[in-house]
Amino acid sequence: MAVDTTYDRPAAPARAPAAPRRRRSPRRVAWIFAGPAAALFALFFAYPLGASLLQSFTTEDAGATRWVGLDQYRRMIHDPAFVESLVNTGIILVVQVPVMIGLALVLAVLLNQSWLRLRGTWRAVHFLPAVTTLVAYAVVFQVLLKTDGGLVNQILGAVGIGPVDWLNSPTWARISLIASLTWRWTGYNAVILLAGLQAIGNEQYEAAAIDGSGTLSTYARVILPQLRPVVLFCVVTSTIGTLQLFDENYVLTRGGPDDATLTPVVYLYKVGFQQLDFGYAAAIAWVVVALIAAISALQYAAFGRERRR
Amino acid sequence: MTAVQHASVRAHPARRLGRVAVWLFLACGAVVSLVPFLWMAIAATHSTSDLFHSPPPFLPGGRLLDNLARLQDTIGFGRVLLNSLGIAVVHTALSSLISAMCGYGLAKYRFRGRGLLLGAVLATMMIPFQVLLVPLFQMMASVGWIDSYQAVILPFLANSFGILLMRQGFVDFPDEILESARIDGSGELRTFYQVVLPCVRPQLGALVIFTFMTQWNSFIWPLLMLNSEDKYTVPVALNTLTGLSRVDYSGLMLGSLLATLPLMALFLLFQRQFVAGLLGGAVKG
Repeated sequence: MAVDTTYDRPAAPARAPAAPRRRRSPRRVAWIFAGPAAALFALFFAYPLGASLLQSFTTEDAGATRWVGLDQYRRMIHDPAFVESLVNTGIILVVQVPVMIGLALVLAVLLNQSWLRLRGTWRAVHFLPAVTTLVAYAVVFQVLLKTDGGLVNQILGAVGIGPVDWLNSPTWARISLIASLTWRWTGYNAVILLAGLQAIGNEQYEAAAIDGSGTLSTYARVILPQLRPVVLFCVVTSTIGTLQLFDENYVLTRGGPDDATLTPVVYLYKVGFQQLDFGYAAAIAWVVVALIAAISALQYAAFGRERRR
Repeated sequence: MTAVQHASVRAHPARRLGRVAVWLFLACGAVVSLVPFLWMAIAATHSTSDLFHSPPPFLPGGRLLDNLARLQDTIGFGRVLLNSLGIAVVHTALSSLISAMCGYGLAKYRFRGRGLLLGAVLATMMIPFQVLLVPLFQMMASVGWIDSYQAVILPFLANSFGILLMRQGFVDFPDEILESARIDGSGELRTFYQVVLPCVRPQLGALVIFTFMTQWNSFIWPLLMLNSEDKYTVPVALNTLTGLSRVDYSGLMLGSLLATLPLMALFLLFQRQFVAGLLGGAVKG
């Protein structure tokens, strides 16, 4: 952190004579800068946040709001659709996130090789999926994965496989979602990891080589440990993204078939805005908040240590 | 920018084999990355029945204008594109300005409530916005703003990531320059716009691109707010098209292509700022 350079002086500076012009006090001026954002936060963040917490303890009965304590939270435990949405999220967390981060790591290391020609082009090509509009890429995958005549099934058919019912069978729908997410986000994570790799100096590789370390062991013992904070960042942001997943699975399958790709936020959307069960939707949202906080904290606790150096 | 320098200049066979493997891996990755794009572009120029024919078309066809006309007929796609563009531009301009000002206030002044504001900024980063959906929806409904552009733009104008990014940029700005501007009689606002802001162009560039992209991609909130087709943004319109009983697949692919082109152009033109913006805080979804 740089020295705190905050402007912290009383309105009348001691060393200068009173300025010819009337000057507003810095404290007031500060609010000219910070005021708009502060007002927006108060109106569109603090207020709805409090409202949603209160709402999660209520229910709407024939137009009247009734306090029900923790009932909405208890409801979730016995709600198969909600449990299913958590299971689906768990599957994505356990399968998709590690595969994607692993692939991204390999990609980042390869893109960082000095002998590789046109590195900028390679990097841009692998990053391109991350530039696709979210809904648009879900649409494209929907068309690619169409059961009869979709490009993927046509290619598989050419080598004698299929046709696979990608989006209409629960298992395949999960696989399709995982594949689409991996397509969209691997290059994105690779570029972040690559930036981390580039911050590690050449001399580290050279020193390890002089000490007789092979390429693989240099990466495993010297480079990866230093990359840990960046990897952690990728893991945490991907986890948060997974827990908030909406766009992809909503467009691809509407959470179906049989809730196989339902996520808490898609469920929240259905409960809140299709069934108009606002109290329950708010409670689901707060469970998502708690899960994000708990899992991120766990990840930091497990991998964020070893801050020596 | 450093990269791994290998000690030996001449590649021996084992290393050469390694390089071929690396090249193959990257080539496979590139094919996987590019095929959906190419398919999107090719599909946009064929009729729907051609798309699912065997074998599928590998070259651009001649139906681009037909598809465009149909897209315009069914959902008024020209209007939709303009809506998205207008919302994204207005949102980006306002949001970047508000974030930059707030970042400056937090970096260069000490005032009552500063800690609270900083806390709020960090809290909005950690708390997923989905929690706000129901109450925000009710707020908008109670003031009769459902199906209006301001309902889409206003709630997410104050952007924590942007505020922190800009604050970081301003913290390092030398106080001596601010002092001398004050002594020269420049007002605080004028100093900000004319002296300080031009010096943080890199951060501002990253913020503008990041904000534009976030708003352009934004789906769930416009989906909730906008009801009439002539107000739809691109993601909402595409989503509507996928829900029709007879899906116009080639129109959809053309729409997806048009939705993606602006972001792709931004990326190719401003790669550095683009990546810098993403490094800071973009999150899946």
